[in-house]
Amino acid sequence: MSHDHEGSAAVSNRVKLLVTALQERSVLTEAQLDDTVEKLLLHSKPANAFAMVARSWVDAAYKARLLADANAAAAELGIDLSHWSPVKLRAVENTPVSHKVIVCTLCSCYPIALLGPSPTWYKSEAYRSRVVRDPRSVLAEFGVSLPDEKEITVWDSTAEVRYLVIPQRPAATENATEAQLAAMITRNGLIGTALL
Amino acid sequence: MSRINDVGGMHGFGPIDTHDDEAGFHHEWEARVFAINRLLLKAGTYTLDEFRYAVERMDPQEYLAASYYQRWLHAIETLLAEKGVL
Repeated sequence: MSHDHEGSAAVSNRVKLLVTALQERSVLTEAQLDDTVEKLLLHSKPANAFAMVARSWVDAAYKARLLADANAAAAELGIDLSHWSPVKLRAVENTPVSHKVIVCTLCSCYPIALLGPSPTWYKSEAYRSRVVRDPRSVLAEFGVSLPDEKEITVWDSTAEVRYLVIPQRPAATENATEAQLAAMITRNGLIGTALL
Repeated sequence: MSRINDVGGMHGFGPIDTHDDEAGFHHEWEARVFAINRLLLKAGTYTLDEFRYAVERMDPQEYLAASYYQRWLHAIETLLAEKGVL
């Protein structure tokens, strides 16, 4: 990584010392650390959000519930956000006249439980600084060219609220099953930096 | 007062490296830092607001030079020292 002013081996050693010190003071155990990482990798993945969005496309009542209370809508599909409490999840919907994109200008808040760990560019100063000022050119860098008349709304996350974009259902998918629809969704589509 | 983390609208960070699309951890220590933070938050050692504040008040030069999880590590070490845990 270009930002590594401190070699990775040195940081790795710093983390080892920290873990040893925390273990000695009975603050945490090695087993708890392994368990936490394992659970993250197992449960925090884009498939969670794909399932929610696909359901919202086939079930208007579910979409209404998702827009009203996204935490509850996730729980309905068996997605556990309890570790996240009291962070609120809010779904924002793309429409024919309005495109949504999410960012966290202050740090890198991201719906990790629904999308897995965030991509490197999402955490970059370049994305965080510019998407709120000039979203149209930022989206163009991602290969998304929107007509001038299309409004772009940027949602800036806070410590309390994380956002998720509900993209428009792809055209000519009337006969697609929910599973087929879920397979058409991409992570960037739910951030707002890709169209489906 | 605006701190260095408050980059919204700032100029000069250049183009976005949209190809740097890697999601997840680049090194094992990053996953460990993530897990340490999760456990300390859960244990109530500090709150999420305190954690964010510890990142936000980093020295600006140090902040910009650090990678994402190096900032987390810095914040964890800062809070553990301030709270007398370590």
